[in-house]
Amino acid sequence: MFSSNLSNFSQGVNTAFIVILGIIGFFLVGLTAVLIYFIVKYRASKHPVASQVSGNTTLEIIWTLIPLLLVLGMFYFGWVAWKPMESRPPRNAMHIKTTARMWNWSFTYENGKVTDTLYIPVGLPVALDMEALDVIHSLYIPVFRIKKDIVPGTPRLTWFIANSPGSYDLFCTEYCGLQHSTMITLVKALPGEDFEAWYASLDTTSAQSTVQIAPPASEEGRKLIKQVGCTACHTTDGTRLVGPTYKGLFGKTEIVITGKEERTITVDEAYIRTSILDPNKDIVKGYTKGLMLSYGNQLNEEEIQKIIDYLRTLQ
Amino acid sequence: MSSENHSCQSNYLTFKGKYAGVWGWLFSTDHKRIGILYLYSILSFFIAGAFLGLLMKLELIAPGSTIMRAQTYNGFFTLHGITMIFLIVIPGIPAVFGNFFLPLLIGARDVAFPRLNLLSWWIYILGALVALSSQFLGSDPPDTGWTFYAPYSFRTGTNMLPAVLGAFILGFSSILTGLNFIVTIHRLRAPGMTWLRMPLFPWSLYGTAWIQLLATPIIGITLLMVVAERTLKIGFFDPTLGGDPVLYQHLFWIYSHPAVYIMILPAMGIISELLPAFARKPIFGYKAIVVSTLLIAFIGYFVWGHHMFTAGMSGTAQFAFSFLTFLVAIPSAVKVFNWLATLYKGSIHIQTPFLWAASFLFVFMIGGMSGLVLGALATNVHLHDTAFVVAHFHFIVFGGVGYAFMAGIHYWFPKMFGRMYDSGWANTGWGLFFSGFLTLYFPMFILGMKGMPRRYFDYLPEFHGLNVISSLGAMLMLFGLAIVLINLMRAARRGAAAPDNPWGALTLEWTVPSPPPVANFIDIPTIVTHPYDYSILQPKDLSK
Ligand SMILES: [Cu+2]
Ligand SMILES: [Cu+2]
Repeated sequence: MFSSNLSNFSQGVNTAFIVILGIIGFFLVGLTAVLIYFIVKYRASKHPVASQVSGNTTLEIIWTLIPLLLVLGMFYFGWVAWKPMESRPPRNAMHIKTTARMWNWSFTYENGKVTDTLYIPVGLPVALDMEALDVIHSLYIPVFRIKKDIVPGTPRLTWFIANSPGSYDLFCTEYCGLQHSTMITLVKALPGEDFEAWYASLDTTSAQSTVQIAPPASEEGRKLIKQVGCTACHTTDGTRLVGPTYKGLFGKTEIVITGKEERTITVDEAYIRTSILDPNKDIVKGYTKGLMLSYGNQLNEEEIQKIIDYLRTLQ
Repeated sequence: MSSENHSCQSNYLTFKGKYAGVWGWLFSTDHKRIGILYLYSILSFFIAGAFLGLLMKLELIAPGSTIMRAQTYNGFFTLHGITMIFLIVIPGIPAVFGNFFLPLLIGARDVAFPRLNLLSWWIYILGALVALSSQFLGSDPPDTGWTFYAPYSFRTGTNMLPAVLGAFILGFSSILTGLNFIVTIHRLRAPGMTWLRMPLFPWSLYGTAWIQLLATPIIGITLLMVVAERTLKIGFFDPTLGGDPVLYQHLFWIYSHPAVYIMILPAMGIISELLPAFARKPIFGYKAIVVSTLLIAFIGYFVWGHHMFTAGMSGTAQFAFSFLTFLVAIPSAVKVFNWLATLYKGSIHIQTPFLWAASFLFVFMIGGMSGLVLGALATNVHLHDTAFVVAHFHFIVFGGVGYAFMAGIHYWFPKMFGRMYDSGWANTGWGLFFSGFLTLYFPMFILGMKGMPRRYFDYLPEFHGLNVISSLGAMLMLFGLAIVLINLMRAARRGAAAPDNPWGALTLEWTVPSPPPVANFIDIPTIVTHPYDYSILQPKDLSK
C-alpha cells in the first residue's frame, strides 16, 4: 500500500505513513503487551496484596518527554511531505479546467476539448484549476495522494505529476448529496506521444479512438449528456432518479409547476431548452425544485440542439 | 458501613414525594432520579441510533443498492450522526453518571441547583423532540450529515431547520448542566475534601463543564446564523448570497472539536475511578492525571482546524493546527501510562467493570494513535473524508465513551438499583461486543487507506471484501450489545440484592446504602484521606 510511487508526492507521503505507522504500531503492540502482562501477573488470585505505590515523578517526566519528541518527529514528517503539495505548480504545467457539480466532473483542456474522464500525460506537471458550481466537492485521487476541497465561489488549484501510465480512480470525497457516491471518474495517464495523439483527436472520451468519422448529431447528443453529467440525475431507461427519465420524454404530456401554479404542457423543443437554461422555471410535478442549476455556461446553442436531437430518439 | 443507621430513610427509588407514580420521576429534583431519567432517555436513543448504524452496515454489505435507496441511506447516516452525537455522547456520561454520582462522590446532598438540573433534562427532551421532528414533519428527512455543511445544507430540499434548531436547544441543556456542576464542585464538597482530595471523576466533570460552558455558545450562534440565513436570506455562509462556506466550517469545528473532549474527558474520569478500585491500589500519578485533564480541556480549544486540512486554509494555519494537534496528544498519552502503571503490582480483580475498563484502554489507544495519523498534514490529505476517519472516530468516541459508559454502568449498577446483575452473561456480552467492535471498525482503517471515501452509499468492487467483514462485525457487536442490555434490564427488576460496597472500593458513594437514601448522607462525612488510599484497608479487608 505504501510502496507504489505513482505521483511526485507519493514518496514523501509514503515515508510519512511508514514513520508514523511504525511508531504507533510499536507503541500499540508494546503497551498492549504490558497491559495483558500486568493483568495476568497481578491478578488477585496470584497477587493478593497490592503494593501501594502512588506515583513516581521521574517516570512522569520520562513518559512526557519521550512521546513529546516522538510526536514532534511525526509532525515533521507530515509537514515536509505536505509542503510541496501546497507549492505553486511548475511553469510548464499543463492547466486543465476542472468543473465539479452535482454529481459529475468535467475537464476542459487548453485546446477546448471537454471530457468526463481526466486524461493526462505521464511525466509532465498537470495543474487542475478547479471550480465548484453548486456545493462543496472534493477532488481525490488516492494513488496520487492528493485531495482538495472545491468550495463554490473560490477557485482552487491542485497539481501533480503522474509517474506511470495507467488508469486510476478519482473520487469526490466531500458529501454533496444524493449521488455523492457515484461522483467517480477515471484518471487516464498516457505516455507522451499517446497523449499527444489523443489530445489532437476529436474524440472526447475514449483514449483508443482511431477512426474519425463524424457521428450523427444524435450520437453526439448522447455523449454530451454523459459528459456534462445529465445522466447523474436523469436516466435513459425509464428508471426514476432525482430528475425525470429521458425515455419517452419527448412529446409526452406533463403536469408542471410554474411558480405556484400547476399547468399541463407537452414536452417540445422549447420546453427542453427552458429546462436546460432555466431549470427551476417549470418543475415537473413530484420533483424537487432547486436541485439543478442552469447549464447556460456549459452548453452552447448548437450543443443543446444535439441533445434535443438525441432525446427525440429515446422513445 | 452498615446500612442500619440509614434504615429510617426510604431510598430514592421507593421514595414517595409530592407527586405519585411517573410524575414523581418527571418532576423530581433529586439528582439521582434525574440521572436515571437521563439514563433511560439516552439508552432509548442509543438503541435507535445503533439500529440505524446496523441498517447502514447491511446496506454496505454489497455494492449497489442492497436494502435501501441512496436517499434513505443519506437520511440514515444523518439521523445516526445527529442522534449519536447530540443526543447521546455529548450529554452522555455527565448527564447520567455525573448527575447520579457527582454529589455522592464529593459528599453532597444534591447538586447546587436541583431545579435547574430538572429544567436541563426537560430542555434536553424538548431539543431531542424538535431534532427528531425533522424526520416526520415537512418534506424528506434531512440528508446533510450531522455536520450540516454549507452550502449543501441550504440547497437540499429536505427538512433541515428542525434538526439545527434541536441542536441549538440541546446546547442550552449542556450549558446549564455544565454551570450546575461547576458551582456544585466549587461550593458543595464535603468538609476536608480539598481540591487535591477530590476523586478523579469529579475532576473530569469539572474540566468538561468548563468546555460545555465556553464552547457551546459558539455552536448556538452558528446555528442561529444558519437559521437567519435560511429564513431571512442574510449571507453568512452561502456563496450565492455573498457568504463564505469555509467560515461555517471554522465556527462548526470551534465547538465540535472541543465537544470531542466534552465526550472523552468524563470517560477518562470513569476509567480513573475504576482502575484503582479493581487493582486495590491508589491511582498512579493523581496530580499528573488532574493536570493532563485540564491541559486537554485547554489545548483542545485550539486544534479545530485539523478537520479542515483540505479545505484551503493558509499554510501557516495548517502548520499551527497540525502542531497543536500533536501537542494535545501528550496529556492523553500521559494518562494511558498512568493507567497502566496503576495496574503495576496491584491485586487485580477481573470482574465485568474491569473487563470493560481494560478493553477501553485498548480501543482508546487505537483511537488516539490513529488520530496521530490524521493529525500529520501529508497523511491527513490522503485520509481525510475516507473510511479511515470514520474508523478513528468510532474507536475514540464509541470505543472511548461507549466502553467507559459500559464500565461505569456495570460498576455503579448495584449502587443505582440496589441489585446485582448476572456476571456470566455480562462477561459473555462483553466478549461478543468487543470482538464484534474490532471486526466492524478495524477493516474501515484499511478501506480508508485504500481510498474509500466516507458517506458512500455505493462503492467500487475492490472495496467489497473488507466491507463484508465490517458488516458481519456489526451484527456480532449488536448481538453482544443485546445480551448486555437484556442482562441489565432483567437485573434491574429481578437481580439479587446488592451489598453496599460489592467491589471493595473506597470512594464515598460506596459508604451509603444501595440504593442510596434520598438525602444521600445522614451526616455529611469529613474527609481526612486521599480518595484512593487503599493502604488503610490493607491487608485484611481486601485480601479476599
Ligand atoms: Cu461528493
Ligand atoms: Cu477534532
